[in-house]
Amino acid sequence: MIRNTPVLTGRNLQKRYGRVVAMDNSDFDLYPREILAVIGDNGAGKSTLIRAMTGAVQPDAGEIRLDGQPTTLANPQAARDLGIETVYQNLALSPALSIADNMFLGREILRGGVAGWFRMLDKPAMRKQAREQLNTLGLMTIQSIDQAVETLSGGQRQGVAVARAAAFGSKVLMLDEPTAALGVKESRKVLDLILGVRERGLPIVLISHNMPHVFEIADRIHVHRLGKRLCVVDPKKVSMSDAVALMTGAVQPTPEMMAG
Amino acid sequence: MVMSQTKDDFEAGLSKASTQVADFSRRRGPLERVQHGLHANPTLVPVMVLLFGIAVFGLIVGERFFNAFTLTLILQQVAIVGIVGVAQTLIVLTAGIDLSVGAIMVLSSVIMGQFAVTLGIPAPIALFCGLALGTICGIVNGVLVALVRLPPFIVTLGTWFVFEAANFIYTQNQTIRAQDVEAAAPLLQFLGRTFHVGGAVFTYAVVAMVGLVLLFFYILNHTAWGRHVYAIGDDLDAARLSGIRTTKMLISVYAVAGLICGFGGWALIGRLGSISPTSGYEANIQSITAVVIGGTSLFGGRGSVIGTLIGALIVGVFAMGLRIWGTDPQWTRLTVGALIILAVAADQWIRKASA
Ligand SMILES: Nc1ncnc2c1ncn2[C@@H]1O[C@H](COP(=O)(O)OP(=O)(O)OP(=O)(O)O)[C@@H](O)[C@H]1O
Ligand SMILES: [Mg+2]
Repeated sequence: MIRNTPVLTGRNLQKRYGRVVAMDNSDFDLYPREILAVIGDNGAGKSTLIRAMTGAVQPDAGEIRLDGQPTTLANPQAARDLGIETVYQNLALSPALSIADNMFLGREILRGGVAGWFRMLDKPAMRKQAREQLNTLGLMTIQSIDQAVETLSGGQRQGVAVARAAAFGSKVLMLDEPTAALGVKESRKVLDLILGVRERGLPIVLISHNMPHVFEIADRIHVHRLGKRLCVVDPKKVSMSDAVALMTGAVQPTPEMMAG
Repeated sequence: MVMSQTKDDFEAGLSKASTQVADFSRRRGPLERVQHGLHANPTLVPVMVLLFGIAVFGLIVGERFFNAFTLTLILQQVAIVGIVGVAQTLIVLTAGIDLSVGAIMVLSSVIMGQFAVTLGIPAPIALFCGLALGTICGIVNGVLVALVRLPPFIVTLGTWFVFEAANFIYTQNQTIRAQDVEAAAPLLQFLGRTFHVGGAVFTYAVVAMVGLVLLFFYILNHTAWGRHVYAIGDDLDAARLSGIRTTKMLISVYAVAGLICGFGGWALIGRLGSISPTSGYEANIQSITAVVIGGTSLFGGRGSVIGTLIGALIVGVFAMGLRIWGTDPQWTRLTVGALIILAVAADQWIRKASA
């Protein structure tokens, strides 16, 4: 594939939690219009990496660049303002709020004119857009858009989080295990959605333990091991069992893979 | 190829997949249905308790209780708790608690009085200063909770004593007499004025309380700020990851609560006529009582200001009813205590509906 400047890079990222090293000099590269899968064992530090790249966690050291420019992401809002949209592993939904409220949390549609100055909500518009967005995901098993998120099943919640991120992402879409709780049909919808988002021109980061999914849609696979990027492999050149062997440490990567 | 093989294997059936929407309406037992109904409408319990209370006292005490004058007298008596209760509800919705609301209210009223009566500052300016001080007190609480990250209970326990002591030090424990307030700054007593509608007697404080409750009901449900209050109380981390600036948001909630307490200080002057640093301290416990009986969850993220108003009215109805009936006032306290425990037990039960 064409190697132009990466959209998002991380260099020598570090993060410690007490004595646990969650990120140990990790690198990260995301190129335009690609689907980058991130795979690794439980506890390898994949989520920590994504949280650092989206302002949810402040790395202790290292550098993040967006479009080649050094960037500090002071909080998740800073990343969102730059168009980086994320589905976190724990979903980050407010259980007692409705689906529509959750979809627009932090960027509500406000009414026009004087009402807007007082930050009054345009609830009909929010309901309508939320419903449309969920429809594209085939999540209309949901009874009402005003239903509290806590009344949804785990998979439905995941669908709401994915729909929210896909709707608002304008630069990068990050998905931390977006299909972990989804059924076969719903997973397929999410994969289709990811491909659709790529059509819109956005690069996507997909963390997943589901190797068939990863090998089906990823352009490159970032293998994460023991808090750092071990190597990057091409799914067309490497088999699933090779990837799993790399990820678990059963084999060492070749120098070509190490180059990223 | 391995991958396409896998895909064909387990997704082959998808093309023929039913497009029928899943149906979750499995049969629920009657008790479970009540639980879910209450989960969707948590103010339903307090409303029923209030109606029950009015009905019971209407039956056993009769005319002496069930007349326009007495019922509106209850409204007058709960006006201050209702106003401060709005502030308390905001804080509790963020999963906090504010023990300093009474102290802020009294401090604000004292500033209004001292400025207007003792210093001779025009009453509207003195009023504004009192409200501003209330807001500042709220901001102090908010900064300690949100920035310094201390537990709200501890922060407001501390500021309760600090504000109370500051109040006594500043006033040297002097009361401003009602006739002095009336002569120098009648505006400060405005909320205590009454008007009649048939046999019913209202104070402007009652109107202010109802107006404030409706205003905040609207704000909490129909503005971005209001939804964020619920979101930070529901799950602070999720709210932060959703891009809400939680620190700023929390401070703003405490600031607004402080402003409302300052407003409560104005109502307090109307109620008492005079301005005393020793008045109104029980407002913190009374407001928490109203919030809890009103069905707002102490765990945050669930509840409403309407519930708090109903909660305050429940206490008012039981207090008035039992007094007219001629029982020992301790029965009122006993009843209120039992209601608090019942309300929290009901909250726990209702919350299980979502699990
Ligand atoms: N907030 C935290 N406090 C303490 N330790 C943490 C925290 N977050 C992550 N860790 C630790 O950092 C390491 C990496 O965790 P991380 O969640 O990034 O792994 P992961 O690769 O996403 O795993 P999984 O596949 O299970 O999601 C783990 O050892 C974990 O215990
Ligand atoms: Mg993870």
